[in-house]
Amino acid sequence: MSEKKRLEKILQGNEACVEGAILAGVRFFAGYPITPASEIAEGMAQRLPALGGVFMQMEDEIASMAATIGASLAGAKAMTASSGPGICLKQENIGFAAICEVPCVIVNSQRGGPSTGLPTKPAQADVMQARWGTHGDHPMIVLSPSDVTEVLNITIKAINFSEKYRTPVMLMLDEVISHMREKVIIPPKEEIEIIDRKKPTVVKEDFLPYKADDDLVPPMANFGSGYRYHVTGLVHNEKGYPTSNNKEIDYLIRRLTNKVELNKKDIILEEKYLLDDARVAIVAYGSVARAAERTVKLAREKGIKVGLLKLITLWPFSDDTISQLASQVDLIVVPEMNLGQMVREVQRAAEGKCRVISYSRVDGELINPLEILAKIEEEGK
Amino acid sequence: MNNEIVQYLRKEMFPNIWCPGCGIGIVLGAMLRAIHSIGWEKDEIVMVSGIGCSSRITGYVDFNTMNTTHGRALPYATGIKMANPSLKVITVMGDGDCAAIGGNHFIHAARRNIDITAIIINNMIYGMTGGQYSPLTPTGKIGTTAPYGNIDQCFDLTSLAVSAGASYVARSSVFDVIQATRFIKKAFLKKGFSVVEIISDCPISFGRINRMRTPAEMLEWIKSITVPKNKWEKLTPEEKEGKLPTGEFLDINIPEYSKNYQEVCIRAQQGGKDK
Repeated sequence: MSEKKRLEKILQGNEACVEGAILAGVRFFAGYPITPASEIAEGMAQRLPALGGVFMQMEDEIASMAATIGASLAGAKAMTASSGPGICLKQENIGFAAICEVPCVIVNSQRGGPSTGLPTKPAQADVMQARWGTHGDHPMIVLSPSDVTEVLNITIKAINFSEKYRTPVMLMLDEVISHMREKVIIPPKEEIEIIDRKKPTVVKEDFLPYKADDDLVPPMANFGSGYRYHVTGLVHNEKGYPTSNNKEIDYLIRRLTNKVELNKKDIILEEKYLLDDARVAIVAYGSVARAAERTVKLAREKGIKVGLLKLITLWPFSDDTISQLASQVDLIVVPEMNLGQMVREVQRAAEGKCRVISYSRVDGELINPLEILAKIEEEGK
Repeated sequence: MNNEIVQYLRKEMFPNIWCPGCGIGIVLGAMLRAIHSIGWEKDEIVMVSGIGCSSRITGYVDFNTMNTTHGRALPYATGIKMANPSLKVITVMGDGDCAAIGGNHFIHAARRNIDITAIIINNMIYGMTGGQYSPLTPTGKIGTTAPYGNIDQCFDLTSLAVSAGASYVARSSVFDVIQATRFIKKAFLKKGFSVVEIISDCPISFGRINRMRTPAEMLEWIKSITVPKNKWEKLTPEEKEGKLPTGEFLDINIPEYSKNYQEVCIRAQQGGKDK
């Protein structure tokens, strides 16, 4: 630890998200009241004006998403936050951000669904929607922190990824992570890596707004910076103009997905806990990963060799790590607060090399460590 | 084509997608003449559209341009304006785009009185999708989804904008392009939310199904249903039936949203207490 005294605060998850976003350079937030995400909007309304940033409470969730994208095009690092019903409404414009390659972060503080569901109780049932909620083939980076300190740090990562890859990033919290209060160590500014979108370096006459560099990401000009161009949700060519040319269509759709897939190494964040000698692996994310860590300790006290793979990046998916893990262990247990969503990805990536089972809870309560342990013991009989 | 407006066009995007006789080109010309006479730089103009025939305008003009999602031009424009208030932000919408799917955004943009101009090209039909009735299709007219005649009442967008809180509200038509250009210029220069509704013709999707097969017939009809505001006020309720008043309905100076927001920032920087 450095000599410098670190700032420690007791923060709620939603407050940590606000802190992280502001540290990462977010200066525009548009939102609409919704439980359990409202404290993010309230925090932004409190903090942004003093920083010369913009907070806007819009007329609905759709407008919040649209304003966020508009602000990003005008040069601001921009974010919005909501929960299930609101995330549903944002989907069309999330697709617009994906095809137009506009950096932005969408926070989803998950509550039980479908529909109005369980506004004040946690769930993890939106992880597939996060990946595939908007129509068409599109890239999506989805991150899922599991404690309040991680909320702060992963929010910074989310902003950085959105800027670096020019794509919408979804940050998945849940009702418990959003409202839980913990001690958070706020890193000093100089220790925080901040990534800004690439700017064009060519002369204005040579600027092609959707001509990608080798990393498949095109440099981005802010509106008003002198590089005039067209942004359209229609499939477009390198000039940004609508196209019906097969080659240009194919190139864009593949590039959008590939700019994330080919940079998986940079984007995938995961943590391994006591996996080296494990015969049983738990694959978990979000608040469930905390319970799972405790399960590992309890199991080892009983002599069962259990380890944990905690997924922080949910999408793109950790195919390679799961594949290796499946070669090593006899059993993978995937506890989730849904009826088994990510477990199917784990099964796919495990390619039949080990047994993969789901442990589900959808009654609005957190999964506790003993339940996961009981499941492992039951399966081990 | 008039040279003074050609400089604002992306020539490589032509020919355009509009049908022969469509009124959208007339509105485009009016907007560009207004911009030219104001003298704005291309770099400082952002033009935002939604979805529909009129929304294709943004592809043809050499500004910072955006063709967004259906009905959402105004919230996108709001984000742009608030992130960079020095930009001149213009939205172009059709009647379905603005008054149906985007209706909520329209009244709230007016309520905020944010410095954005909304140009609404009202051809009274969903043209691009083939002639379905819109919230501005006159009662009794035919649409492909109103084959026995439209029973809906239509919105009066100008009254809506006035009551929702805009600063400048006017209506003209493609038949009176000189007047339309004058109103558009005033709207562009207004600090606040400004609305210009322009009655336009759609001979293909509206005219053919409503026994006005040629652009000329449609323009004659538009001429017959539009009445200058001062004359319209003297008409009896029966005479007003099926007619639309044209002219300026509101031109006031009231506090503008992005300016007001600067005050919020100052208050927050001073500790948030004193105004």
